[in-house]
Amino acid sequence: MRISELITLLDARVLAEGNKADITCGYSCDLLSLVMGRGREGMAWVTVQTHLNVIAVASLGEMACVILPEGIVMEPPILDKAREEGITVLSSPKTAFAICGLMHQQGIPPA
Amino acid sequence: MMHTDYPVEAGDFTRAGEASADIKRRLRQLGVSTELLRRVAVASYELELNIVIHSVGGQLSLEVDSQCVRLSSSDRGPGIVDVAQAMREGYSTANDEARSMGFGAGMGLPNMRRNADVFTIDSVPGRGTDIQMLFELA
Ligand SMILES: Nc1ncnc2c1ncn2[C@@H]1O[C@H](COP(=O)(O)OP(=O)(O)OP(=O)(O)O)[C@@H](O)[C@H]1O
Ligand SMILES: [Mg+2]
Repeated sequence: MRISELITLLDARVLAEGNKADITCGYSCDLLSLVMGRGREGMAWVTVQTHLNVIAVASLGEMACVILPEGIVMEPPILDKAREEGITVLSSPKTAFAICGLMHQQGIPPA
Repeated sequence: MMHTDYPVEAGDFTRAGEASADIKRRLRQLGVSTELLRRVAVASYELELNIVIHSVGGQLSLEVDSQCVRLSSSDRGPGIVDVAQAMREGYSTANDEARSMGFGAGMGLPNMRRNADVFTIDSVPGRGTDIQMLFELA
């Protein structure tokens, strides 16, 4: 699925625009070592964590985007880092549960 | 062929991950495959963050020759009393600050062992911890 389609699907707001257009798989977790172990190229990662290391984990794992549920946002310096690393950051009003459900329904496979 | 050292400060979460990012950038420039790049990135990040979170400071080293990538760390303490226990999935002594950021799953050392072709850890309580990992270049 393309990130542009994901944005519509999740009613998401784009906080930072990255450089990958396609999502290959999805995952949701807030413990960074579990995410690190699962990271795949093009992954869409749903998390409530908003600090700088989220961008480091996403970038080292070649992920496509970070999705923040329940309208959560990131501070501007963190978003600057996301742009620098080419990671898209989305904020959706939906819960993590609903986001994963919608993505799964659309055929995005687990990581 | 190549040897680079990276000092890593204890408790510096704003710079945590920078050494790993540089290691990945250098290996990509050398033409290392995407899959190997991912494995080294996972291992170096876990290594770097353990120094930030659990040690009083130390360093990471990257060495590359025609056969393999060697990633190593050494820190100045406090060392690990029971290494077998520390290697177990889920074991963590991370403090509340680290846990609130999503560290402390107790998966860092297991992630390193899983991703490296050779993994060795030596720790002396009161002295420090040395870790070495080898990744074979296909
Ligand atoms: N460099 C180190 N110095 C001292 N103790 C360490 C060091 N590295 C690891 N440890 C000990 O080993 C434990 C397990 O490390 P591991 O990386 O597997 O998990 P963690 O860092 O606690 O959590 P996670 O890596 O999942 O965020 C740590 O909680 C700590 O007690
Ligand atoms: Mg760790």
